[in-house]
Amino acid sequence: MQTQFVLDDVVTVIGPDGVADPATDPKLPGETVVKLFKHMLLTRQLDERLVLLQRQGRIGFHIGSLGEEACILGPAAALGGDDWLWPCYREFGALLLRGMPMQTYLDNMYGNANDAVKGRQMPDHYSGRPYKFGSVSSPIGTQITQAVGFSWAAKMKGDKSVSLVFFGEGATSSSEFHNGMNFAGVYKTPTVFLCRNNGWAISVPADQQTASQTFAQKAFAYGMTAVRADGNDLLAMVKVTRDAIERGRNGEGPTLIEALTHRLSGHSTSDDPKAYRNEAEMKAEREKDPVPRLRAYLVGLGLWDDAQESAWAEQVDGEIKRAVETAEKTAAPALHTMFEDVYATQPWHLAEQQAEAERAPRPAGHGGGGGH
Amino acid sequence: MPQMNMVQAVNDALRLELKRDPRVVLLGEDIGKVGGVFRVTQDLQKEFGPDRVIDTPLSEGGIIGAAIGMALYGLHPVPEIQFSDFIFPAFDQIVSELAKFRYRSGGEFPAKMVIRTPVGGGIRGGHYHSQSPEAYFIHTPGLKVVCPSNPYDAKGLLLASLRDPDPVLFFEPKRVYRAARSEVPEGDYTVPLSQAKVVRPGQHVTVLAWGAMLYEAIEAANQAAALGVDSEVIDLRTLWPVDIDTIIASVKKTGRVVVVHEAPKTCGFGAELIALINEKAFLHLEAPPVRVTGYDTPFPYTLEMDYLPLAGRILPALVETARY
Repeated sequence: MQTQFVLDDVVTVIGPDGVADPATDPKLPGETVVKLFKHMLLTRQLDERLVLLQRQGRIGFHIGSLGEEACILGPAAALGGDDWLWPCYREFGALLLRGMPMQTYLDNMYGNANDAVKGRQMPDHYSGRPYKFGSVSSPIGTQITQAVGFSWAAKMKGDKSVSLVFFGEGATSSSEFHNGMNFAGVYKTPTVFLCRNNGWAISVPADQQTASQTFAQKAFAYGMTAVRADGNDLLAMVKVTRDAIERGRNGEGPTLIEALTHRLSGHSTSDDPKAYRNEAEMKAEREKDPVPRLRAYLVGLGLWDDAQESAWAEQVDGEIKRAVETAEKTAAPALHTMFEDVYATQPWHLAEQQAEAERAPRPAGHGGGGGH
Repeated sequence: MPQMNMVQAVNDALRLELKRDPRVVLLGEDIGKVGGVFRVTQDLQKEFGPDRVIDTPLSEGGIIGAAIGMALYGLHPVPEIQFSDFIFPAFDQIVSELAKFRYRSGGEFPAKMVIRTPVGGGIRGGHYHSQSPEAYFIHTPGLKVVCPSNPYDAKGLLLASLRDPDPVLFFEPKRVYRAARSEVPEGDYTVPLSQAKVVRPGQHVTVLAWGAMLYEAIEAANQAAALGVDSEVIDLRTLWPVDIDTIIASVKKTGRVVVVHEAPKTCGFGAELIALINEKAFLHLEAPPVRVTGYDTPFPYTLEMDYLPLAGRILPALVETARY
């Protein structure tokens, strides 16, 4: 498998004319692609709204996926119902696709009393156990080793589930990447490593993360299958992830996928890319946007038109508005929740500190987080 | 009842739990075929197979990161860190991930495991085979920290830790791995977490110690008795959450306290214990609380016995505190 890998090979399905290459086409039913395209539009619409809410000071932070929707939703769509997804922090679109209601996500953005993580983390640090979706933390790469451990446990127990773990190209510089890849290689765990190479780790370009020609080739050192794919092509991402999941399920071990994509925004709402990006380059990247790419494919097949798109946008807009309104009206978590879940049962010192907090004057809260 | 040393007692607890609970998985460097560099896991791989007692690549971060994934799946991993001096490559996984998983996920993802690791000096190990890093972990909300001093407690505390729903750092004092022997029941029993033990009742001064230094504290207490100082020695056993009631009851009785630990003095666990005593028993104190600890230097090789808070250094602290 490894010897077939050619550095210049990038799996692509949808050509510039919007037509799928029959050699690589995952041949999804038209209605499935429409559903995924609608979800892609929803993800982007929500993304843009969240940036606006942050600019208005209504939420503290947002870390979005503008331009990376195809390589987040494609892999998520390739997962089976028993498979697990271990997020980095840009995968809210995948979380919604896996079934988290919009309201639950917005409650997380507001850190309110209905937030699944009880307002304990910054916005976009969600947790989705009911959707077989991990818990987000900020340290880079830690989820990689955990996903390997999880899928290793599944393999030990004879469970056929596969774990898909997301990370950016910057995370390949972390010790966690090495640890996870190495353990996965040695124990042939059913893990799919999904490296979204969006070109930038905050302000540091990909060529300063590695002297390797590609990120994918790092897999060879771990005795692992590697593949590069056009990360702006949703069908290509479905195809390569589906193949990798299949290999994992069949006991053929892990795969590293390098998805080539572009970050069409700053790192997060706390970042201003003008300091390190040039406009011409960004303009060229916007022309490779995954949304028009998939739209052209669907329009070509007669499965999508402008009327459908504007009706969908209106529907999503209403849904977002209602969820925002409800999230804003929901109270902050009660003070005592700060002292719960540190341990399974509350030890004496936390009971004391909770009592102390309950006696203390309440400061004016900000109800949202800062950012990085 | 059989006599065991601590190595045998820990091995016995692990065997018992591997047999009882199919979710238990041991992983670490050299723990399988060779049974660990201290032979604590001797023969367990032979008995339970390489899928339950796993020799891993040489990567502490990988061991703990993978163990967290196993725990999220529902297994009960028991990773071994070969020496607690080598735990730092896994520090991020322990502090940022393991300790916070239950909390940060709103209770969706509890991650339970027992990290076993030999601790402490006095074995001619120099900087990197001798340290006592417990304070870093006590300082991290979400972790429990245990350190037995004898084989009976080692088995009972380990079984209690293995059945506890929270992540536990289980520090095994390697200086007394084989030196400490006691009667250890063959079957199942637990020593509850967060319960200290008064190992030598006394009236004049309270001595708080744990692990290998407990023996030094007892030795100093016996010598002090000849000088008319009656010391009450308490083995904390669980460092966090600590058994505050036993400590405060003793200090209220004696009015005097000496804390002994191997770790460096500054921001060591002794500082926290004395702060708690000040908060809860200040008006009962008859003398300034005293710490007898390792010095604020890296752990030395040749001069390690001067560095350690051995009985010779504890004795004057007991006498001076009692006579203050």
